[in-house]
Amino acid sequence: MMGSENNNLPGKGDEEEEEFYHPLSTADQMQTLTLDGDDDYHSLNDDVSASKSYSNYRSAMTTISSSVAEHPLLPPPSIATTPAVADPLLFPPQNPSLDSPSYADVIFSPFHDRFPESNGNGEISGEVTVSSPGSQSSSSEYLNIIVSNPQKEVESSNSIVPGGNTYVTYLITTSTNVSDYGGSDFSVRRRFKDVVTLSDRLSEGYRGFFIPPRPDKSVVESQVMQKQDFVEQRRVELEKYLRRLARHPVIKKSDELRVFLTVQGRMPLPTSIDVASRMLDGAVRLPKQLLGESRSVVEPQDVVHPAKGGRDMLRFFKELKQSVVNDWGNSRPPVEEEDKEFLEKKEKLWDLEQQLTNASKQAESLVKAQQDMGEVMGELGLAFIKLTKFENEQAALNTQRVRAADMKSVATAAVKASRLYRELNAQTVKHFDTLHEYMGLMLAVHNAFSDRSSALLTVQTLISELSSLHSRAEKLETASSKIFGDDKSRIRKLEDLRDAIRVTEDAKSCAVREYERIKENNRGEIERLDRERQADFVNMLKGFVVNQAEFKSIFMKNTRVASNSCAGRSKILFIIAFSITKIYRATHYLQLLGALLASW
Amino acid sequence: MNVQQRSGSGPLVQSPRSPSSQSPYLTVSVSDPAKMGNGVQAYISYKVITKTNLPEYEGPEKIVIRRYSDFVWLRDRLFEKYKGVFIPPLPEKSTVEKFRFSAEFIEMRRQALDVFVNRIASHHELQQSEDLRIFLQADEQTMERARSQETGIFKKKPADLMQIFKDVQSKVSDVVLGKEKPVEESNPEYEKLKNYIFQLEDHLAEAQKHAYRLVKRHRELGQSLSDFGKVVKLLANCEGNALGKAFTELGAKSEILSIKLQKEAHHLLMNFEEPLKDYVRAVQSIKATIAERANAFRHHYELAEAIKFKEIDMNKLRLTRSEKLGEAEHEYEELKADGAEAARRFDRIVKLMNEEIVRFQEQKTLDMGLAFHEFAKGQARLANSIAEAWRSLLPKLEACSSA
Repeated sequence: MMGSENNNLPGKGDEEEEEFYHPLSTADQMQTLTLDGDDDYHSLNDDVSASKSYSNYRSAMTTISSSVAEHPLLPPPSIATTPAVADPLLFPPQNPSLDSPSYADVIFSPFHDRFPESNGNGEISGEVTVSSPGSQSSSSEYLNIIVSNPQKEVESSNSIVPGGNTYVTYLITTSTNVSDYGGSDFSVRRRFKDVVTLSDRLSEGYRGFFIPPRPDKSVVESQVMQKQDFVEQRRVELEKYLRRLARHPVIKKSDELRVFLTVQGRMPLPTSIDVASRMLDGAVRLPKQLLGESRSVVEPQDVVHPAKGGRDMLRFFKELKQSVVNDWGNSRPPVEEEDKEFLEKKEKLWDLEQQLTNASKQAESLVKAQQDMGEVMGELGLAFIKLTKFENEQAALNTQRVRAADMKSVATAAVKASRLYRELNAQTVKHFDTLHEYMGLMLAVHNAFSDRSSALLTVQTLISELSSLHSRAEKLETASSKIFGDDKSRIRKLEDLRDAIRVTEDAKSCAVREYERIKENNRGEIERLDRERQADFVNMLKGFVVNQAEFKSIFMKNTRVASNSCAGRSKILFIIAFSITKIYRATHYLQLLGALLASW
Repeated sequence: MNVQQRSGSGPLVQSPRSPSSQSPYLTVSVSDPAKMGNGVQAYISYKVITKTNLPEYEGPEKIVIRRYSDFVWLRDRLFEKYKGVFIPPLPEKSTVEKFRFSAEFIEMRRQALDVFVNRIASHHELQQSEDLRIFLQADEQTMERARSQETGIFKKKPADLMQIFKDVQSKVSDVVLGKEKPVEESNPEYEKLKNYIFQLEDHLAEAQKHAYRLVKRHRELGQSLSDFGKVVKLLANCEGNALGKAFTELGAKSEILSIKLQKEAHHLLMNFEEPLKDYVRAVQSIKATIAERANAFRHHYELAEAIKFKEIDMNKLRLTRSEKLGEAEHEYEELKADGAEAARRFDRIVKLMNEEIVRFQEQKTLDMGLAFHEFAKGQARLANSIAEAWRSLLPKLEACSSA
């Protein structure tokens, strides 16, 4: 578990959350490699290009993920002394009102987690204060969430079954300055079922938005995995999920989220009664509807909810029929998706999804290859160190000591390289996380688009319904005009029809309004996605590239040192040996040389 | 030339007969591998070019065609004749059929064979060998005849076969008589050396294994980068303008770096892993020499024992004034001559080995120094190109965020 990361949000364009990193405040995060006399970090300046942007990397480079701490080869952490030249809170950039962060700020993001995780004890080391650069105005808002402290609880139900169910609850701590919340710190206990409820309510209430998908129920995994591991995994997922919700510009203002985060005790959101019982209800009503005993028209207020999950089976079947007619019928549906721009964007998004999936997979295998490389380097280094020790212990001749010294410098370089690879990988994984995040987001996009199409289907269905109602009414009217006399039942039927038409008209207007609303939501979200994705990908690339360049520079310097020492010895040895043996056939001169050079 | 460096002390022959002021030289090169024959019987032949001004050799230059089994013949002959010398090791026979004709394998073998011959040519004892002359100069038919005489069970001369039987015999009788340990020298320094050699082999084998895996990892990382580059280029199509261009550049750079990684893998294989493997082989060759010395010692010891018993026998016969005394005296003289010969052989081996060890250690220090230098150089170069390639992307990325 990455216990202590600092966080930073990449350029999110406009608005609120800019989190900045304090390089000096978390001494325990700084580690330098202290393998004999290596001043890599401090001398990095000299070799690195003089451009201003690179000087900022100095301080960033000294702070390497603490996940490295687990490896046995690593020395204990020590504090780096390079100042954080580009700490934005110490030296606020010139234009605090800038929408996109300055380049200096972006530099820090590659090295730190976009989605910082807390350890299980509810702490995030390092400060998580969020404020836009230089300005502490009230327009900057934050909503920080930590999920921690899983506990087993017993369901105290009044059921006949003794013992009851056990389930796990998580402590959810929120700190915020959003005024709607009416407070700054909250702490509640929630179980996973509550999260499912929250997620369902959000999907109903925010149709058309790209709502981050909730963690899976993982029924199989919960049985198969070790209890502790599974609970920890879920805790991490929950935290990520809630933070994503808190970052969504619309959802974070939602009542549902607020209630979830703040209300003590039982969560007052209506629970999602499972699909089976809803369908049962619907099935019970259906015959009544068909017989005309129960309402068979859709109420306007119901129109805003999708037919699929609701209790109105008749409506569900009507819409189903409509969709079949749309697909297979000869005539065009009454209203169609005409928004060309939308259709184009949709196609592009599906393409993006495909490419993201591939990229994500390749990124994973790249990370793995890097990891393997680092491991073998380390093993090679260790093997040579053993050899060095062996030669030194057993040395009967000086040449052996010379060779041992050469070997040692190479071995040292290899071991250092191995460490570098490990650290590089930890960072690379975090960068590529962006890809995975966006892949998860695609699911939200699918949902939002299907909200749209089901709303459209509702409109289409109602329009068809209306036209059939109208034609029935017409038929009745022409029929009654032919036959004289008050046919009470016919008059009543006509009135009923006219009633139904009125209600359905209202419902149709509602449905159309809903559809338009969802379309608008879609449009806004697509735009936001494109914008944020652009910024996030740029950061990801920058982070990756900068990371690689910096690590490779250090690596190069390490190995150059090793190469010089070997080259020096062997070249001179060779030259002298060659010239001497040209004159004398005396190998013992080489021994002399060996002795000379061993003292080198 | 790389080859000369690896053989350390340059090619040098001092011929007492050469009055000329031009210093004597003998250089050999193994080149131009060519596939001969078809199907199962196919093999690779090499051109062996000898350049020399030694009188024992024909002309300034001589070219012959040789195949791997010819080199094996040479090695075996030298091993027989020059006991005590660490014969330079040969590259292994290929165990996997698939790779027998792969370009890489052939090149590695050619390089190793080149080094092999040159080491022989520059060894002051071995370079005087008759067999070397045959190898470097004889026409192909003569070579083939010589080679086929040595194959299979005919490899061992009858005397050697007898020796093998005797060894087995004595080993069995030793065990039966309760003498479990075979007779060995009680020389503490030599014991130390033997220990050293055996342990060294283990250490080196491990290092070589890791070196080989490192080569493989370079290849895998290269492949992975190439795949990554392709996918990133596709992703570029989904993004517009500056970002798309950045992705495309990233993809292109990934592919370039992939090629560099493959090159470095090859460089590592040839200049780092191969020398390590060569080192392992050399140690194994030393082990063979150690075995030879043990044989020589045992032979010498047994003869010394036999002489002692013979003396006792003779004295008994002298006392009894048996007519067998004459015969016994005759046999005794013979035994003493054999014993002296065996002692001489053993002493020579010991002396040679002492020189060889020093030479070996120096040689290896040079070889390894070079190999490590190549390793470090290659890695530094690679890291540098990678760092530069990635850095070159930054301006484009900068353009994206300001756009």
